[in-house]
Amino acid sequence: MSAAAPGTSKAAHSEVGPKKKKGPGALATAYLVIYNVVMTAGWLVIAVGLVRAYLARGSYHGLYYSIEKPLKFFQTGAILEILHCAVGIVPSSVVLTGFQVMSRVFLTWAVTHSVREVQSEDSVLLFVTAWTITEIIRYSFYTFSLLNHLPYLIKWARYTFFIVLYPMGVTGELLTIYAALPYVQKTGLYSVTLPNKYNFSFDYYTFLILVMISYIPLFPQLYFHMIRQRKKVLGHIEDYSKVE
Amino acid sequence: MDALALEATSGKKTTNGAAAPAVPVPSQPPVKRKPAKKAKKAVVFFEVEILDAKTKDKLCFLDKVEPNATIGEIKSMFHKSHPQWYPARQSIRLDPKGKSLKDEDVLQHLPVGTTATFYFRDLGAQISWVTVFLTEYTGPLVIYLMFYFRVPFIYAPKYDFTTSKHWVVHLACMCHSFHYVKRLLETLFVHRFSHGTMPLRNIFKNCTYYWGFAAWMAYYINHPLYTPPSKYTCTYVFIDTTQCAIFVIHYFCQIGNFSIHVALRNLRPPGSKTRKIPYPTKNPFTWIFLLVSCPNYTYELGSWLGFTLMTQCLPVAFFTLVGFIQMTVWAKGKHRSYLKEFRDYPPLRSPILPFIL
Repeated sequence: MSAAAPGTSKAAHSEVGPKKKKGPGALATAYLVIYNVVMTAGWLVIAVGLVRAYLARGSYHGLYYSIEKPLKFFQTGAILEILHCAVGIVPSSVVLTGFQVMSRVFLTWAVTHSVREVQSEDSVLLFVTAWTITEIIRYSFYTFSLLNHLPYLIKWARYTFFIVLYPMGVTGELLTIYAALPYVQKTGLYSVTLPNKYNFSFDYYTFLILVMISYIPLFPQLYFHMIRQRKKVLGHIEDYSKVE
Repeated sequence: MDALALEATSGKKTTNGAAAPAVPVPSQPPVKRKPAKKAKKAVVFFEVEILDAKTKDKLCFLDKVEPNATIGEIKSMFHKSHPQWYPARQSIRLDPKGKSLKDEDVLQHLPVGTTATFYFRDLGAQISWVTVFLTEYTGPLVIYLMFYFRVPFIYAPKYDFTTSKHWVVHLACMCHSFHYVKRLLETLFVHRFSHGTMPLRNIFKNCTYYWGFAAWMAYYINHPLYTPPSKYTCTYVFIDTTQCAIFVIHYFCQIGNFSIHVALRNLRPPGSKTRKIPYPTKNPFTWIFLLVSCPNYTYELGSWLGFTLMTQCLPVAFFTLVGFIQMTVWAKGKHRSYLKEFRDYPPLRSPILPFIL
C-alpha cells in the first residue's frame, strides 16, 4: 500500500528527544544517513524521469516504461528497512515494517511486472506518482531527523501530503490489481492445480481478490493512525517528544 | 516503610505468646492510620488501598484486612466493590510497572507497610483454559470428519458422501481423529493448569489457527484428486512398508506425548501449583527427559512429521512447520524458567531437540 505510515514510528524514534531510549550508534547513524540519502536520490530520479517522459511524449500514457528499472530497484531496496528493524538500528516493529514493504514489493513485482498488460494502464501512473512523492518526503524526513536538523516544512509535508497521496495511491493500486484479474485468470498465472504429488493448490486469481478485499479493513486503520499522528506531531510544534 | 513492616510482623509474633503491650500498635504519624481493633490478641490489621496503575486513581480502600490474607482474598474483596472486575481479570502489583502478584502471596510477607498500596490493571475479559482447549480441539475433530465424509458444498456434487479409495486416507483420518480425541481427554483428565484463565481474545486467535489449518489440511487429504504417496516418491523400499513404518513412528510419538503429559501431571499434587524438575520414570517413553526439557513438544513434532510423510501433503508440512516454530519458542521459555528456578537443573538437557535446539 502507498503507506506514508511505514516509517511513522521510525521517524518518531529517529528524532532525538528526551524520552528516546538508546538510539543507533554513530556508525549505524552514518549508515542510515547514507541509506536515506540514496533512497531520496533514487526516488528523485524516478520523479524526474516521469516529468521528462511526460514532457517528451506530451501525454500521461505509458510513462511506467520510462522509470521501470529505477522503480524496481529502489522499491525493492526498501527491503533493507526490514533488516534495520530486525537488527535494531531502527526501533520500529519488524512485523509492521515487513508488512508494509512487502505489500509495495508485491505490487511492483507480482502485479505490475508479472502482468504485462497492466503496465500501460493509467492506474499504474496513479500509484507510482503517489509513491514517488511520498517516498521523497519520507526519506528526506529521516535524513534530516538523523542529522538533527529537521526543517518544519519537511515535517509538515510528511504529515500532511499523505491526506491526498494515501487515498490516491490506494486507488491506483486497487485499479491495477483489478485490471490484472482477467489476465491472471486466463493464463493461470502463479497458480497450481490438483492433482499433483504435493497435494496442494493455489489460485492466484482468488488470492488477488482477497488482497483487494483486505484493503477494506486495513486502509482505514492505517489512514486514521496517520491522522492521529498528525494531530500529535503538528499539534506541538515546539515539543520534540516521542510521537508514538 | 520497612520499619513499619518489621514492627507489624513482630507485633504479630508477640501476640501469639501473650497480650502484647511491649510491641505497640505502631503509633505513627500517618494520617490515615486507624487504631487497630482491640481483640483478645492485639492483631495488627492492615489497610489496603488499590490504585489504578495507569491513572493512579484510588479505586478501593480496604480496612481491617487480616495480615495473613492472601492476594486472592484481597482480589475477592476488591471484586465486591467493583463487580465488573472478577478476580481472574485483576492484576495486582506492588509497582505500576511491576510484575503481578500471585494469588497465594500473603499480605504480611510482602514488602509493604501496614497501609499497603497496590496497583491494579485490568487484564480484560478472561476465559478458562479448559474452555479454550476444549473448543479449539473439538473444531479440528469435527471439521476433518466433515471433509472425510465429503459433506456437500465442499467438493463437486458428484463426490458428495463418497469415500476415498486410498487406504492411506482412511488411516490419516483415524490418526487425526485419534490425535484430537487424545487431546480432549487429556484436557479433561490429565492436565493440571497453572493459570485458570487467559484473555478472551485468545480463543478467537487459537480457534482460527486450529480450525483453519484443520480445514486446509483436510480439504486436500480427502480431495477426490488426492495423490497418495506412490512408489515414485520412494524408490528403494516397497511403499507399503515405508508407510507402515511412518505410521508406527507417528503412533509411537502419540504415546510418547501422552506419557510425558502423565509424567508432568504426576509431578504436581491435585489442586497445587508447585513446580518440580521432571525426571525419567519407569516408562521408557519418559527416558527422553535425560536429553530434553520439553519432550512433549518433541513427541508432538514427531507425530506431525509422521503425519506429513504419511499423507505427503504440503499444507500438512506447513502446519508442522508453524507448530514447530511455536513449540520451540515455548520450549525455550520453559527451559529458561527451569534454569532460573532450579540451581541443580540437569545441564545435558536441551529445550526441544536433543543437543540441537
